Amino acid sequence: MAELRLMKGNEAIAEAAIRAGADGYFGYPITPQSEVLEYFMAENATERTGMVVLQAESEVASIYMVYGAASTGKKIMTSSSSPGISLMQEGLSYLAGAELPCLVLNVVRGGPGLGDIQPSQGDYFQSVKGGGHGDYKLIVLAPSSVQEMSDFVPLAFDLAFKYRNPALILADGAIGQMMEKVDLFEPIPRKTEITEPWAVKGKQPGEPKRTITSLDLDPYGMEKHNEHLQAKYRAMEENDVRYEAIQCDDAEYIFVAYGVSARICQKAVQLAREKGIKAGLLRPITLFPFPKKQLAELADRVKGFLAVELSAGQMVEDVRLAVNGKVKVEHFGRMGGIVHSPFEVVAALESKIINV
Amino acid sequence: MDINEIIKEENLVYRKSAVLNDKVFNFCPGCGHGVVQKLIAEVVEEMNIESEVIGVGSVGCSVLVYEFMELDVVSAAHGRAAAVATGIKRVMPDKYVFSLQGDGDLAAIGTSESIHACNRGENITMIFINNGIYGMTGGQMAPTSLHGMKTATSPYGRNEAMGHPIRMSDVVAQLEGTYYVTRQAVHTPAMVRKAKKALRQAFENQKLNKGLSFVEFVTNCNSGWKLSPIKANQWLDQHMLPFYPLGDIKTEGVIVTKDK
Repeated sequence: MAELRLMKGNEAIAEAAIRAGADGYFGYPITPQSEVLEYFMAENATERTGMVVLQAESEVASIYMVYGAASTGKKIMTSSSSPGISLMQEGLSYLAGAELPCLVLNVVRGGPGLGDIQPSQGDYFQSVKGGGHGDYKLIVLAPSSVQEMSDFVPLAFDLAFKYRNPALILADGAIGQMMEKVDLFEPIPRKTEITEPWAVKGKQPGEPKRTITSLDLDPYGMEKHNEHLQAKYRAMEENDVRYEAIQCDDAEYIFVAYGVSARICQKAVQLAREKGIKAGLLRPITLFPFPKKQLAELADRVKGFLAVELSAGQMVEDVRLAVNGKVKVEHFGRMGGIVHSPFEVVAALESKIINV
Repeated sequence: MDINEIIKEENLVYRKSAVLNDKVFNFCPGCGHGVVQKLIAEVVEEMNIESEVIGVGSVGCSVLVYEFMELDVVSAAHGRAAAVATGIKRVMPDKYVFSLQGDGDLAAIGTSESIHACNRGENITMIFINNGIYGMTGGQMAPTSLHGMKTATSPYGRNEAMGHPIRMSDVVAQLEGTYYVTRQAVHTPAMVRKAKKALRQAFENQKLNKGLSFVEFVTNCNSGWKLSPIKANQWLDQHMLPFYPLGDIKTEGVIVTKDK
């Protein structure tokens, strides 16, 4: 049944996976997301729904266990944090190439390298540009609350199966670790029958065999496969862009921010308006597909954009592409696990956009 | 005499397994890979489990296994077959799951996945082709290349600085999760018959759910070894088998002790 609970983001996502009827979770511990696997185990997820939960020997093994299990058409997920997600990039490329749906959670920490274990948004490029080899895209959802950590699980599975493509929930150390109240959705029973025609189950008499692969040694065949993938990504851009516009209607200046940065910018909008600056917030919920059209439309009627990120400036490049030089686009970021204050954000808007 | 007069049911002593299709194998003449794939097909057909088998291919000479077999097959990235097979078997425990890998795949880049699948006692059949060289990539040194063996990346012979050949079956036999570990060969008719029995055992074991079955095939690689098929088989007998002796290494979860 539906239920109101106080939970960490990492716990909420695990509870949501159990409730969403996930069939399998394969993962490896890493801070700041180890609570995900711990929650599955402590909650006896296998007893509750029959889902498989397995601690793998590495993130590389995790993503390939996901690859194997996802080949059967079931709802499969893994989770990790930045260095672990880097290890999964090869597997994500294979999953996208073989067109397998699955859910991956990245609770981003500071980098590069071992970095630290504080919140960061430094994995934006890796997530939306295709961190592995070849031309592929992930469906990327960016939650900015514990509630969304829960709500985005069934949504991510739906999108992954709709497009036969891996979906990534790109969170950050703050969203993963903070506690908020969550309205947990009504549990969805696990599917008892797999209806996906492509899923392996053993070759049935009278049916063609099924092959899951990303290989085609014929370059013309491979080009055709790539065109098919690109058409799919265009369809995502056409049909599944998600965003939230906060006080954008009369705004002259727009903050663009996702995840924990969007939470900070919401406060910054309020502070700016108290100072008489008409600010608004455009929060991309899907980072791929990116709300390009919405930004382009805003660009026709506002004076400037400030991309606020916990990075050296990654999403700002996509904002600039969408705005296409119509008005000024600047970036304000903190790095290495430092989170900006709303006051800093307003000051940055003034110094980088308004008073220039 | 018309050919149809010869091909009569009572005269048939051999036929190709229906689990293999009519595509021509892409293996070099004399290669053991084709024999092993034929044996897998025969075992699956004889056990009548075609509709319950999911195979896992790998990268190397076994990469196109899904082309030749009329089975559902998932093709894994280089080295990851054991993890892929784990994922499939865990969510489909009633299916027969096998993986097919070469020495570079299983014992170099995929060592971690191989060892841990064995250690967890995944209820799968791991099939390992050991020809001591990278065949498809073009004859480079493998983790199983013998001491002194000349390869494209050890042109003056494998020396100690390049490490030692690894007896993977003996390694995995030490792990509690393996139930059956055996080393076989397929370059003589007698060995093929023995190997098939071992392979059948390794598939039958999945019914018991007692742990992982591991079947190593020591094979030749004429192209990589730069020898004719006959000379390659002789070289295999003279050099490979003394280092990789054939026979069961672990049965019913117990290491076989050899009488001296």
